Amino acid sequence: MSDQPHTGPNTPADRDQATRIHSARERGRGDVQHLPDTTHDAADDPRAGGHGELATRFENPGIPAHVYRRSDVDPKAADRREREVAAFFGLSTLGTLLFIIAYFAIKPAGATGDRLLQQVGLSTKLLGLGLGLAMFCIGAGAIHWAKTLMPDDEVATVRKPMRSSDEDREGAIAALREGAAGAGLGRRKLIRNSLLGAMAPLGLLAIIPLRDLGPLPGAALANTLWRPGRRLVTDPTGDLIKVADIEIGGVIHVEPEGLDKNAHPLEEAAKATTLVIRLSPDLITDPKQKRWSVDGIVAYSKICTHLGCPVGLYEQQTHHLLCPCHQSTYDVTKDCAVIFGPAARPLPQLPLGVDAEGYLIATDDFHEPVGPSFWERG
Amino acid sequence: MTRMLSPRALLGALSRRRRQRLLPAVMLLTALGATGGAYAALAPSTGAAAASGASSQTLEQGRALFLKNCATCHGLNAQGSSDGPTLIGVGAASVDFQVGTGRMPGAQLGVQVQAKRPQFSATQVAAMAAYVASLGPGPSVPSAADVNFAGADVAAGGQIYRTNCAMCHNYAGSGGALTQGKYAPSLKKTIPKHIYEAMLTGPQSMPVFGNGTLSPKEKREVIAFLRTTSTESAPGGATLGKIGPVSEGAVGWLAGLGALVACAVWLGAKAR
Repeated sequence: MSDQPHTGPNTPADRDQATRIHSARERGRGDVQHLPDTTHDAADDPRAGGHGELATRFENPGIPAHVYRRSDVDPKAADRREREVAAFFGLSTLGTLLFIIAYFAIKPAGATGDRLLQQVGLSTKLLGLGLGLAMFCIGAGAIHWAKTLMPDDEVATVRKPMRSSDEDREGAIAALREGAAGAGLGRRKLIRNSLLGAMAPLGLLAIIPLRDLGPLPGAALANTLWRPGRRLVTDPTGDLIKVADIEIGGVIHVEPEGLDKNAHPLEEAAKATTLVIRLSPDLITDPKQKRWSVDGIVAYSKICTHLGCPVGLYEQQTHHLLCPCHQSTYDVTKDCAVIFGPAARPLPQLPLGVDAEGYLIATDDFHEPVGPSFWERG
Repeated sequence: MTRMLSPRALLGALSRRRRQRLLPAVMLLTALGATGGAYAALAPSTGAAAASGASSQTLEQGRALFLKNCATCHGLNAQGSSDGPTLIGVGAASVDFQVGTGRMPGAQLGVQVQAKRPQFSATQVAAMAAYVASLGPGPSVPSAADVNFAGADVAAGGQIYRTNCAMCHNYAGSGGALTQGKYAPSLKKTIPKHIYEAMLTGPQSMPVFGNGTLSPKEKREVIAFLRTTSTESAPGGATLGKIGPVSEGAVGWLAGLGALVACAVWLGAKAR
């Protein structure tokens, strides 16, 4: 293949010089060697468009002066570098030995319980340390060797032109034409059309499985398992709750009774999970909040209206509810209004009541969808 | 007639009128006795003190300690002030927790009172607790049997802990941040009695988990879970404080990527 350049600034003589390996050292220490200058024959450069813009943009600065390393000029320093490289390789050998010794010395098989975990942990750590040392030190030694002892003369190689020769380009086009004529796509319409008919519906195979994303949730996002009269039970112990069970300043995480018997307990828990807090009744001023409370006991959805994290960090002195994900803060004494953070809406309140046996019940579902906003929420 | 008379002058005037020399002394004694009797009958201390079973000597010692160390903020009668809440009805458990963990007496005003080396001996704490308990009924200090978590169900404790406590105190009890500089402290070194008392009384930002919310058995299970997690070994090596992805991310980004960057810089640097 010809390496005759079709573009580029160089005369053939210059190119020969440039593609040769240049060594600054050949020309003497500190001698700045210039690559073939482009300024003189810029008019020949097709990329310059014949106006010479490219050529005037910069001047080739050449290769900077070669700086000699200590190991180049001082044989003692070179010996020292040699020993350092050898030390790296020696360390690698030690790492290999460590791996082998650790592999045979530590036998977790006989141990049980905590001791077994400790043995496995120690074995893993020592094996990793040995393997890491063995591999890292070979690489580090090789790099140190190359950097300090191998020749480091600056070298410039002029990049070959990207464009193929005209001969190669014409050959490629001719081969394509020949292939197309041989396949006869232009003549054999049946094959062409049936191939199109086979390939076009192939895209359906990517779309049809999307059906499993459905069906659409419908009203599921707007409803939870809370119903009028449904009792509150503690999460995770499942105990029924009486008013006297909660002190002022107390908190209970609750679920609707019968959640575990639901066909989709996790999905329902994710929507219905609720936080019950007892405030001093005189702190509640909002009429709706007061109406839906029992002796200062209020219940709010535990799902942040920002992105749906569980809001559980209740500070009983300030009556603030904090979401740990993005620090949205709700004030429980103000009907869980957002007082800080990215949440846009207050937490939905669950209306509470007491049934004939004295247990806390919900008197209704949440009156709005719980959790973060969604497309159809409106 | 609106002129104010001193008690002595009033008694003098009465005695002159009645011509009975002993009357002032008798009236004075009667008045004093009536006041004392009314105090004894109406003040809450007597009944509660008798109920708590603390000796009057202990109560007196507790009261003296209270007046010296607590009354500045909590008021001479523990009624509270702008600097501290009332202690009537907080119970002995609250005193034992606050003073026993060194939080009280508070060293400085701030968003949160910090735990520090306790300033009082166990006897002194008990005396103060008995005194505060005598002011009004409240949760008492749990007994050794109350906090004996041997044989408690650790797994159940873990479930209760993760639902009720982990959001503030972290999944492994390492503590975590709250709002405006407040924080939930680490529970790794907290003794079982203090964990129990904290649940019972809800100190500072912490909600109250009374016996109606978490039964004594459930409290012991939580303690068992915390003791287990804080004493178990770490087979994976460094636990990084068990504070979750923050420390792991910091080590990964700073130490791990830092080492890779250092290697890259070394690779690219010219040898001298």
